[in-house]
Amino acid sequence: MKLYEYEAKYILTKYGILVPKGVLVNDHILQNKSVNELKLPFAIKSQILVSGRLKAGGILFSNSIKQTKECLQKLLGSKIKNEIVDRVLIEEKINFIKELYFGIAIDRNQQSYVSIASEMGGIDIEQTSIDFPKKIIKLTINPKKGLQFSDAKKICTKLGYAGISLKSLANILVKLFQIVEDYDIELVEINPLVETTNGNFVALDSRIIIDDNALYRHSEYRKKSFELGRELGSIEIEAKKVGLVYLKLDGEIGIIGNGAGLVLATLDIVTYYGGKPANFLDLGGGASVEQITLSMKIVLNDIQVKVLFVNILGGLTRCDDVANAIIATITETKVTTPVIVRLLGTNEEQGRKILIENAVEVFNNMEDAAIRAIEISRKQN
Amino acid sequence: MGILIDGNTRVLVQGITGVQGSLHTQFMLSYGTKIVAGVSPGKGGQMVQNIPVFNTVKEAKKKYLPNTSILFVPAQFAAKATREAIDSGIKIIVIITEHIPIRDTIQIIAHASQNDAIVIGPNSPGIINPKSCKLGIMPGHIFKLGNVGLISRSGTLTYEIAYGLTQKNLGQSTCVGIGGDPITGISYIDCLKLFRDDTQTKAIVLIGEIGGNLEEKTADFLKNNSYSKPIVAYIAGRTAPAEKRMGHAGAIIMGRTGTAEHKIKAFNDVGIQTAEKPGDIAKLLRQIIDK
Repeated sequence: MKLYEYEAKYILTKYGILVPKGVLVNDHILQNKSVNELKLPFAIKSQILVSGRLKAGGILFSNSIKQTKECLQKLLGSKIKNEIVDRVLIEEKINFIKELYFGIAIDRNQQSYVSIASEMGGIDIEQTSIDFPKKIIKLTINPKKGLQFSDAKKICTKLGYAGISLKSLANILVKLFQIVEDYDIELVEINPLVETTNGNFVALDSRIIIDDNALYRHSEYRKKSFELGRELGSIEIEAKKVGLVYLKLDGEIGIIGNGAGLVLATLDIVTYYGGKPANFLDLGGGASVEQITLSMKIVLNDIQVKVLFVNILGGLTRCDDVANAIIATITETKVTTPVIVRLLGTNEEQGRKILIENAVEVFNNMEDAAIRAIEISRKQN
Repeated sequence: MGILIDGNTRVLVQGITGVQGSLHTQFMLSYGTKIVAGVSPGKGGQMVQNIPVFNTVKEAKKKYLPNTSILFVPAQFAAKATREAIDSGIKIIVIITEHIPIRDTIQIIAHASQNDAIVIGPNSPGIINPKSCKLGIMPGHIFKLGNVGLISRSGTLTYEIAYGLTQKNLGQSTCVGIGGDPITGISYIDCLKLFRDDTQTKAIVLIGEIGGNLEEKTADFLKNNSYSKPIVAYIAGRTAPAEKRMGHAGAIIMGRTGTAEHKIKAFNDVGIQTAEKPGDIAKLLRQIIDK
């Protein structure tokens, strides 16, 4: 689950990491009185969940309240990097002498967390990591020991700090790892972490991603993860609630499968034979009747869909359960869109029999089924 | 032969009293897998499919000497159950459970490597040596004994490809599902090393998908080490929409990896042929084997 900048900063402040004074607003009339307590000039920042806001015009600066209102008018409701801006963070603009980068992420190869720090933070950090790899200090964190203060000090020494600054920087890094552990975080990033003229370190921007699988341990965020507009549209949220992963695409062949790899391969093969997938829908492992019914309803509700291709390989999922659910859904919804099914695996014979008895086309082979689905979609034109 | 398991593997099922645990215990038994005991805290003394159930791994270990465990334990309790297996001296642990928090996985895997235990998964369909031992949830009848080693991080796609090989009379030595999570225990590279030393395995199929850089790392390994057995690869997700990315850390750690093109190129650069679609894998293998 991706957090908005203001949510990430809320967590940082709980751990004593400094952030600029700011106010969240969602209307351009600026009724929020606490804005008056902020000192001009302001940074006015669209709250969206993708990187690269500044370059995309999602962050503006203002020197007066009048100008601030104009900025809000411009940003609220606009689309930046394909996300609609519905909330904006107004912050005091901070003067700084240096931009750093601090982050902790998952390192798949080291099978642990890795801390990343750089004295060349800011929006070009990715390019920096290519052009000046030595300016990026990475340290794999020992899972048994965690990130020790002594490790953090070594890293910050390499960034060129000493004395009091070194201590307070190292402290920030140690706290970041504490946040990682306390909130089950996949990624936390402060970029830039700026050094101000009076020697403080302030988090100007921050990104946090919480591990979806751990949300059951963090109920307030679990609730928020289903908010409309956060990452997903309303249909995607419905799907997510029952454990489905749905992504709308713009073709006409609806696709349902079990297992991400298989669904990806199904999209590939439909495209290979000249068809256009309407969506990605992964049932996951051990799909229930309820999940299959809902997934069919979701895909068949898409008016672009001319044919539905269900591709199931039974392991945990049982083919007879799938067949029964498909027939029940067709009967219940009285849907006329043709359905093509590919079944293989646990209880496939029973599953196939049920489908054939109910006049639903069923295949053994994925390629044959894909070719047939494309053929039908063309006839519907 | 084959790798990691065989007909003499003595299997413990953790979470044996659950719906999936008991169902797949039945399927594994009828395949011929030697399941000797099960564990479910609080359910000790029961029998599931005629297999005795214990409260702890330690008790089961003492009485029936399992050397390998398979986990069907719910995600919230999976880390604890794995730790228990490791601490009781089990050396191979197959984790079927999906949705385990990554923080737990990191701890499990660190603990396993400290104790010389091998973790397969999490979120793995399991491992199978056709005809001798099925340790997982895969449908047994689509596999066939033979000389192809198969490694995959996708569950159902593994079945898809194994089925395709079987149809073309290309049997398998061992099929390993390393698991679909960002962090898993056994890796492609670990499996390649094991297959290299396995006399039964003559060729290897490597199934990858978009995301992460495991495939690229595997290509790196093959560049720097001589590997005598032929490998054919398939990468799922050529036509997938690009994910909206957040933050820079991913790019800093992994560079510009992750796309299907990048992975395919990495494989091609070290002389590994990649199939355009799953159905072509058997064809490519045939060409290599018949050469």
